[in-house]
Amino acid sequence: MSAFAYDITVAELSKTYFVPERDAGLWSSLKSLVRRKSRVVRAVDTISFNIAPGEVVGFLGPNGAGKTTTLKMLSGLLYPTSGALSVLDYTPSRREKDFLRQITLIMGNRNQLQWDLPALDSFELNRAIYHIPQAEFKRIRDEFIDLLDLGALVNKPVRNLSLGERMKMEIVGSLLHRPRVLFLDEPTIGLDVTMQRRIRNFIASYNQRYGATVLLTSHYMTDVEALCRRVIVIHHGHILFDGRLTDLTEQFASYKTINVTLEDSSIDLSSYGAVMEREAEMIKLRVPKTETARITSRLLSECSITDLTIEDPPIEDVIEQVFTQEQVIT
Amino acid sequence: MKYMFDFYLQTMKTAILSWFQYRVGQYFYMIGMVAEPVVYLVVWSTVASAQGGSVGGYTAGGFAAYYIVWTLVRNINIVFTPYGWEWRIQRGELSAMLLRPVHPIHYDLAFFAGTKFVVIVMWLPIAALLTLLFHPTFNTTPLGVIVFFFAIWGAYLIRSMLLWLLGMVTFWTTRVSAIYGLYFALELLLSGRLVPLSLMPPWVQGIASFLPFKWTFGFPIEALIGQLSVQQLFLGLGMQVSWIVASFLLVRVVWRFGIRHFSSVGN
Repeated sequence: MSAFAYDITVAELSKTYFVPERDAGLWSSLKSLVRRKSRVVRAVDTISFNIAPGEVVGFLGPNGAGKTTTLKMLSGLLYPTSGALSVLDYTPSRREKDFLRQITLIMGNRNQLQWDLPALDSFELNRAIYHIPQAEFKRIRDEFIDLLDLGALVNKPVRNLSLGERMKMEIVGSLLHRPRVLFLDEPTIGLDVTMQRRIRNFIASYNQRYGATVLLTSHYMTDVEALCRRVIVIHHGHILFDGRLTDLTEQFASYKTINVTLEDSSIDLSSYGAVMEREAEMIKLRVPKTETARITSRLLSECSITDLTIEDPPIEDVIEQVFTQEQVIT
Repeated sequence: MKYMFDFYLQTMKTAILSWFQYRVGQYFYMIGMVAEPVVYLVVWSTVASAQGGSVGGYTAGGFAAYYIVWTLVRNINIVFTPYGWEWRIQRGELSAMLLRPVHPIHYDLAFFAGTKFVVIVMWLPIAALLTLLFHPTFNTTPLGVIVFFFAIWGAYLIRSMLLWLLGMVTFWTTRVSAIYGLYFALELLLSGRLVPLSLMPPWVQGIASFLPFKWTFGFPIEALIGQLSVQQLFLGLGMQVSWIVASFLLVRVVWRFGIRHFSSVGN
């Protein structure tokens, strides 16, 4: 398939930092004046992936895995050390104006709005920055304000908004120019579940309505499960998995959970598997994935059961399992 | 061009709105700033009186005129400083600016130019009060007024770009305050900020003519109070244009290397 079929193409991309280092204490401080020590940190190590137009991809990994570094390279904030990347057929590090008009990078812990002014004033400034025609600007702005239910807040100075309200405003401000590619770095960090859901729904609706390509990092797996069919898992700068979210569970989950409701709750099920939880007649058993069928069959034949369900483990556990194994599977 | 005009207009409007959010604080800041020239004014007026009425061609009224215009030029000269650069890089605000399809220098130029409209309105009562107290003597000419109008914006552009150049040092070193301190000391002595340059030894005046500081401070003041001949007025504007072009080119070169370094090491 040609590169033009993708909005984002990353090939053998690496980023290396030189991090100055010294031991604690005055003597080390004096020594560092004469001889500076530094350490090479390979934040991103020869990663490759492609993202098709309109795809929403979850970019997962623990802190320091290389997610933000990759997003910064894709948005043109960082020069890669080696490798090639292209976003909408532009080389991001050149930061051409036409490229910048078609992307956005939203970072959950950064504020891009005018702190002292109502968000409406910042939106107006963004209109001028991105050359959005007045009528189109008003239509999109009002549409986004409605979708995120911000009508009562747009006239309040940003500094007086709660974290969640501010994040919603940030998202509106960052999408007014209707970018084709969205890089979202922890957009729901620190928000309550209601606010997280609101933002998730908004991103999903933006993606459907405008066909935008989204690369999302989040530590909240509910975000990933709700938005992404495909995930890329990165750890220590390497890609450990790139594929469908369901395949991730299939490949990496080493156990399943059997929820059993017994007629007689006093029966001991520890010989069938690890009892994770017991609540009245309902017991949660953790069993090796390969043994699931056999244990289920034993349970059904040996115990008086009123209900039985089998579940995959939570995605958080699966991801943790991937990090533990740290093997390259793409 | 039309888009840039819209951008400048909108950013200036944003600046005015931001300043009005803290109007009382800003006013006290301005009043505090008046303390510096008033001290200079009292000292030099006293010296002038002790020396038979004038020093270096300035009478007490001449000093009053100089330092009253000083307060306006000083306020027009407030630009984005290297301290702001440190703050901007540490908080990741520069990264946010780099994602916009407009060069960050346009934002700074437009934003601080916008604040001048508020500054001028706030300055008028302060100037009126200083006039009542110190009885300035102006020898202003119509040409001097016209040159002053352009010269204060020329001064604004030169100082903006010089401090941008200094600020960009933060691309290579996290702290730039020490270098800014040195810049500040040179500016204080060689710009006409501490004392009118005509009171300085001739060799200092000679050096000052070849450096940018004088053209950002002493020149616009002297243009308005009527200290300069027609030839000096045009020469001053010419020097300002030269410094604007030179500093603009330097900003371009340093930005190119600096931003590449910044993008290589991240923040």
